[in-house]
Amino acid sequence: MTFKRKIEEDQRLQYLIGISTILLISLVCYLFIDVIGYHVVALVLLLAVSVLAMFFKIWPVVTVAILSALIWNFLFIQPRSTFSINTPEDALFFLMYFIIAVMNAVFTTKIRKAEALSRKRKEREKEIKLYNTLLNSLSHELKTPISTIIGAIDMLKENSQKLTLSNKADLHLEIEKAGHRLNRQVSNLLNMSRLESEFIKLQLDWYDVNEIIHSVIQFNQPEAEDHTIVFEANEELPLFKIDAVLLEHILQNIINNALQYTPANSTITIKAFHRLNNCVITIADDGKGFPEEALTKVFDKFYRVPHTASGGTGLGLSIAMGFAQAHNGSLILENLESGGALFTLSLPAEIAHPNSYKNA
Amino acid sequence: MHKEEILIIDDEPQIRKLLQITLESNDYKIIQATTGIEGIHLAASHSPDLIILDLGLPDKEGHKVLLELREWFDKAIIILSVQNSEQDIIKALDNGATDYLAKPFRTGELLARIRSSLRSNPNTELSPLVTSGTLEIDLSSRSVIKDNSTVKLTSTEYNLLALLAKNQGKVLTHQYILKEIWGAGSQLETQYLRVFIAQLRKKLEINPNSPAHIITQSGVGYRFT
Repeated sequence: MTFKRKIEEDQRLQYLIGISTILLISLVCYLFIDVIGYHVVALVLLLAVSVLAMFFKIWPVVTVAILSALIWNFLFIQPRSTFSINTPEDALFFLMYFIIAVMNAVFTTKIRKAEALSRKRKEREKEIKLYNTLLNSLSHELKTPISTIIGAIDMLKENSQKLTLSNKADLHLEIEKAGHRLNRQVSNLLNMSRLESEFIKLQLDWYDVNEIIHSVIQFNQPEAEDHTIVFEANEELPLFKIDAVLLEHILQNIINNALQYTPANSTITIKAFHRLNNCVITIADDGKGFPEEALTKVFDKFYRVPHTASGGTGLGLSIAMGFAQAHNGSLILENLESGGALFTLSLPAEIAHPNSYKNA
Repeated sequence: MHKEEILIIDDEPQIRKLLQITLESNDYKIIQATTGIEGIHLAASHSPDLIILDLGLPDKEGHKVLLELREWFDKAIIILSVQNSEQDIIKALDNGATDYLAKPFRTGELLARIRSSLRSNPNTELSPLVTSGTLEIDLSSRSVIKDNSTVKLTSTEYNLLALLAKNQGKVLTHQYILKEIWGAGSQLETQYLRVFIAQLRKKLEINPNSPAHIITQSGVGYRFT
């Protein structure tokens, strides 16, 4: 594959391979000229030019076509070892060979160009389709909270006297939630574009992963009213040299996903440990798990498990995966036998055992 | 009563309106600028007690405005910006910002930051006693009291806590803390910092897992509240 690409890019290599192929074929034919006759040699050479035209650029192919015509004339047409041609039949044959070989070269490359163009067009169509999916999902996901905000404000302004105090408090809460939701959607979009542009430079530093997990849990507590998040700090955990912000985003998106799609009263259990120079964090829940076919697809951009509640863009988990990979790590999803889902995040990282500094 | 004057430099009318209502209803006096150049002029002519600066200004990059202001303006500057990457925050703090708050922000949080930033202004009398909940740090006698009983700290632990407490409410970057406590050249040894923060939390926090005194500002540093 890589060798093929190298040939496709390097024109000098194409000249070299083209010319040596023709020389080699000519040599072999020369040895058997008495058996096969010189007309067959022309066909063999023509075949070689056609095959080369399927892979090479136009100028190497035209060169090979001309070269093969000259060699055929020089080595095979009587009188041999001269460029002169004696019979009008051979002259005509030579002329035809020359034209067919060159035409072959020109047309084949033209067809290949057209093919590449149509391939590009198809890719572009795919891109447009993806873009439309994004726009559809986006406009829905952004407009829902916006409608909530505008609607709630409208109620508070126009119908203030009809509303009870608790109604008003509810409306304020809805506005607040909508604002946070909008903020999260926009952050996800920004993160996605960071990933797409491959504009991620790891900011590695020593971190206490227990501390990071606690702070993500604390951040999520307001949204976890009817869920329980369990994490017991692992006191044996060394310090890891990692990008804390990426790790936080990954955990944030996985926990947020669990909070959103597991039934009320579910428990999310987080564990952290150190395995073979990897920082490994598992996030398990006791919800319903994922449909078999969704286990890998959930990491695709915009993929959403069919028949799930609205409220996501299908970006969260693909960003988590993208950030894990940006950190040279992996993120694996599997269903637990007991029901529920298990995410296993592994980030390769340098470690340090800080016990030696204690009590300084 | 003396009203403290706050200069808002932000080109978004909605944010200015929100800030104006929030701050005026909390008895601050407000002046407003919509561009960096106007902001620098107003800062020079009014010498406000605090500046709230947006980084995305139409005429001048906010970081540049900050640097120009810092050439002569020695009072508090709080950055209020949608740019919330840790590099942006660290850059602003390194360039002399007193504090940094990302948009969208909670107004309660902003008011708390304003109060603590105003305390850090020059000529403000600093009390040697810093309190946070049931925690009391007496900087003059180097003693720490939690729930009416003395907490024993090693000297490094105390120095770290005192540094954070003197800057109560302000985020201190990892690099700044390392330089202040362990001296120049130790800036890369964040390992020490993690260990001592964990030790301090065990001794000071009711629940070290959800700390109420020493708050982590992810990728940036720590804040004592």
